[in-house]
Amino acid sequence: MRQFTYQRATSVEEAVAAVRAVPGARFIAGGTNLLDLMKLHVETPAHLVDVNRLGLDRIETTPEGGLRIGALVRNADLAAHAAVRRDYALLSRAIAAGASGQLRNKASTAGNLLQRTRCPYFYDRAMACNKRVPGSGCAALDGHSHNLAILGASAHCIATHPSDMAVAMRALDASVETVDADGAARTIPIAALYLPPGDTPQLETSLRPAELITAVTLPPPIGGIHLYRKVRDRASYAFATVSVALVANVTDGGLSASRLAFGGLAPAPWRSEAAEHIPGGASAADLADAVLAGARPTAHNAYKLALVRRTLAASMAQALDIHSEGART
Amino acid sequence: MSDPHSTRLVVNGRESTLSLDPAVTLLDALRDDLDLTGTKKGCDHGQCGACTVLVNGRRINSCLSLAVMHDGDQITTIEGIGQPGALHPMQAAFIRHDGFQCGFCTPGQICSSIAVLDEIRRQVPSHATRDLLAIGISDDELRERMSGNLCRCGAYPNIIEALRDVGEGHP
Repeated sequence: MRQFTYQRATSVEEAVAAVRAVPGARFIAGGTNLLDLMKLHVETPAHLVDVNRLGLDRIETTPEGGLRIGALVRNADLAAHAAVRRDYALLSRAIAAGASGQLRNKASTAGNLLQRTRCPYFYDRAMACNKRVPGSGCAALDGHSHNLAILGASAHCIATHPSDMAVAMRALDASVETVDADGAARTIPIAALYLPPGDTPQLETSLRPAELITAVTLPPPIGGIHLYRKVRDRASYAFATVSVALVANVTDGGLSASRLAFGGLAPAPWRSEAAEHIPGGASAADLADAVLAGARPTAHNAYKLALVRRTLAASMAQALDIHSEGART
Repeated sequence: MSDPHSTRLVVNGRESTLSLDPAVTLLDALRDDLDLTGTKKGCDHGQCGACTVLVNGRRINSCLSLAVMHDGDQITTIEGIGQPGALHPMQAAFIRHDGFQCGFCTPGQICSSIAVLDEIRRQVPSHATRDLLAIGISDDELRERMSGNLCRCGAYPNIIEALRDVGEGHP
């Protein structure tokens, strides 16, 4: 790792002031992604501000009947929380589908949302990467792109967002609460958190410099059948090639996707509102057509077009099975 | 070196105060500053699990954590799990079931195994969980939960046997 200085913040105000005051400063929470990238010199912060002891580690019910999840709640604790397992099963499922037990014990809620892509060219400092070195080009475009984006990418970057948890948060309409460098609080819907790569893929979120996520909120439970189906190159501890987050309602008219989002396909968790608007009883192929409108695969990842169709069909079949068993997830 | 930070670690019940560069990982502090070399450095990137220790009772990858961030924390390494003549039931089960060959990954495997059973007791779900509201022990659950610990010798089936034995109360 490159040399850096360190301080442990004791309040949100102190943390944001410290990151604003020191050029090249970064917040550190669980550190599972940041420290990995620092060891590879992909990230080289001059100063780390530790936000682990700010009391942002609680899960509370909101006055509206939703949940307010502190930014430092560990992934494992969020997945295990009784209200999450009962009312937001999609979130428990998505978290459990990601990383390893050790990492889920350390990784934080906000850090998970803000983790960086695992595009191999972002990690390899010998290769061109517009996200790592703006303007240097994108080696992935003509490179090994088998697990890179088919939706929402640009001519400058085809990296995917790696998170499973973020896919569930997007499907469940989460919002992010922040405090900025002036101490002002604001709330950002997760739909507005991630920026499309365009010609500035180094700008990944709408957070301003030194702005700190303090909590993630969820609206009241929406019911339905919750499932998260993940396809990857091995059975466990790998990133998604495709993942499907589905909240399904089943009536006499058939299955409708009240929420449908995907991981492994795009620079951000990819929600398909067009597919959600299709009336109940439609086929998986109809929904997949809506999801894949505008897809632009490379030669290496065109397999994802078929994989989306099949994984969505399998997810819908699984939801019908769950319904016939009288279960919820 | 950046300015060293005084860091108090309680490792295996013994308190130590170290003066550490902030870039020192918990793994390197344990091995190089406290001479607790039971915890192993494999990949150093959180992928192999050889560095797994318990921090305040939870398993983490000690290679992906800065020692200065653990001021005041209770850390348990393999040396604190058990000793020759006073083995932890999980250590005894690994021996009984031949849950290792070369032994390099074993300290991490044992720390992880102890934590896995605790996580199931606390109803922490895994990707193998069927019913989120009733989480129990099964071979699928144990295999999935141990996927962050690699074993190049391939002792996996015997590790699962050891876990199952202890989890079902036959130490």
